[in-house]
Amino acid sequence: MRAVDDVSFEVPEGATVALVGESGSGKSVIALSILGLIASPPGTVEAGEVLFRGRDLRKLPERQLRHVRGKEIAMVFQEPMTSLNPVYTVGSQIVEAIRIHETVSRATAKRRAVELLGLVGIPSPKARIEAYPHELSGGMRQRVMIAMALACRPALLLADEPTTALDVSVQAQVLELLEKLQKELGMGLLFITHDLGVVAELASDIVVVYAGRVVETGPAPDVFRDPLHPYTRGLLASVPPAESSRRADRPRRLDAIGGIVPDLSALPRGCRFADRCALRRSSAAEQERCDTIEPELTVLPSGRSVRCHLRPS
Amino acid sequence: MTAPRTDRSSLELVIEDDRRDRIPPLVRAERLTKAYEVRGSLFGPKRLLRAVDDVTLTVRKGETLGLVGESGSGKTTLGRTILRLVEPTVGRIVFDGMEITHKTERELRPLRRRMQIVFQDPYSSLDPRMKVGEIVAEPLHIHRLHRTRAEVDARVASLLERVGLRPEAMRRLPHEFSGGQRQRIGIARALATEPSFIVCDEPVSALDVSIQAQIVNLLLDLQEDLALSYLFISHDLKIVEYVSHRVAVMYLGRIVEIAPTASLFERRLHPYTRALASSVPVADPSRRRLRIVLEGEPASPLDPPSGCAFHPRCPRIVRGACDVEIPPLRETEPRSGHRVACFNPHV
Repeated sequence: MRAVDDVSFEVPEGATVALVGESGSGKSVIALSILGLIASPPGTVEAGEVLFRGRDLRKLPERQLRHVRGKEIAMVFQEPMTSLNPVYTVGSQIVEAIRIHETVSRATAKRRAVELLGLVGIPSPKARIEAYPHELSGGMRQRVMIAMALACRPALLLADEPTTALDVSVQAQVLELLEKLQKELGMGLLFITHDLGVVAELASDIVVVYAGRVVETGPAPDVFRDPLHPYTRGLLASVPPAESSRRADRPRRLDAIGGIVPDLSALPRGCRFADRCALRRSSAAEQERCDTIEPELTVLPSGRSVRCHLRPS
Repeated sequence: MTAPRTDRSSLELVIEDDRRDRIPPLVRAERLTKAYEVRGSLFGPKRLLRAVDDVTLTVRKGETLGLVGESGSGKTTLGRTILRLVEPTVGRIVFDGMEITHKTERELRPLRRRMQIVFQDPYSSLDPRMKVGEIVAEPLHIHRLHRTRAEVDARVASLLERVGLRPEAMRRLPHEFSGGQRQRIGIARALATEPSFIVCDEPVSALDVSIQAQIVNLLLDLQEDLALSYLFISHDLKIVEYVSHRVAVMYLGRIVEIAPTASLFERRLHPYTRALASSVPVADPSRRRLRIVLEGEPASPLDPPSGCAFHPRCPRIVRGACDVEIPPLRETEPRSGHRVACFNPHV
């Protein structure tokens, strides 16, 4: 079963790229592959390159990769409770993260940890550093995770649904924080999410994945204004619009994409989105092509790319 | 055991409500309070946690009342208290003209048929060992609604079709279905007893975006065809705006604003409603707006602030009022149906 198939994209220095997709689309697998964290067995990264500042991370020996991981590329996960160790204070976990990568004294590392907690907006960081994860709220734990990820000033942060488990008001705080830190530290951000609202607020570029394939890429404003792939279009249509111009006291229907994501172990021969696609085919031959031949990801003159037979190349 | 902590204003509101409504209420909660005795620490003193605090609301026939709030706001407890799945501490619940607050479980049974619930998590709310047909038929057996096996099977088949599944699904197990399909099964089960009122507790929150819209549309179709009333509980303001006739906003156990949907989202009178609405990321980069980022986090319901529970985070606080007295839920303009609990609303 191929969870992710022939995926290519880049994150420019200091940019925010959003990787958008639904559950089972393979977006988390992509992030784990970048860091060489796919458990083997059962998983293997069969082919491809992960180029980070000119080096192919897949060719690095594990020892060197460990220096990149956590130091130059850091990751924040969705569930802060399961990613923090419950039996250590948050301070000692941050100190450990710093001392793995840098030879500094415990006291220096602790001072840095306090600074970091302050940086991510945790009130009275000196006291909170002695707290255990369970003593903090979900939003605070996610801030601790971000503080830990930032401990070594990474050049790239992979954030896998970092705000999905949070309330909207806390999500707003965390997004604000990420934006601010990114500007201050000049860090690249690969933001993995299914929430198009979050994407619109944060991303400079978008990569849309469907059933393990990249189906569309482009600058965020362009993709939102004029989505090229029918899946992107359907996804955008299925969320309630920004400002409801047609505000009403009556319930209104949403535009849904029919059907469900195909089973990765039984993928269709042609386009993976064909059975849910709303585009009109002008002929039986066109339909035949969508059903039997998988389209290539085509780069358009605008620099955007799309994987669809029915789109102009 | 506990007296509601307010003045008489919400009682007046109940009476006002009576005079105005042309559409008859199906469900009414009056000054509902649910308090739990808890210990803050292992040997600490017992304290009272008011999960729901003096809530009055009405759901009319054929109406969707949206209920929004963040975690810990008490929205789920309120939904369950109205169904008497949780016993209220203080207050009254009236269902279709009958007071059900103190009815015994035996007396409640014929009414339970007409009040159902759809849960958030379609993975944990269906028994994994039961076939889909058994799951959907269970309420029929409990309420002894069909006699023969053939009758039950026919009813289950038509319910499954009603929610967009094939009748053959009845012979399969829940794990064979996707999240969206499982939620359809949960809805079919809720429909089995021909209810008139359904509490939808975050019915689409666990689903993928493209599937959310399918389930929302299904709920809307069912409402139209079967004249259902919904209490639609969600943390997602955009979805609530889409599906509701009226919307109530909860903060720390209390309703802080309630209004017809358009009025609520256009006017956003309560500072909390405004902050909440501005926090919701919108899927349109050309409309990046100013986020009102609230400082701090919601106070603990164990230790609610004095006066208005929102005052420590409120950008419009009036010292000497907001931190002293609980603002009553009052109509801002007569007959607008727009009520807000704030001493300094955005008007």
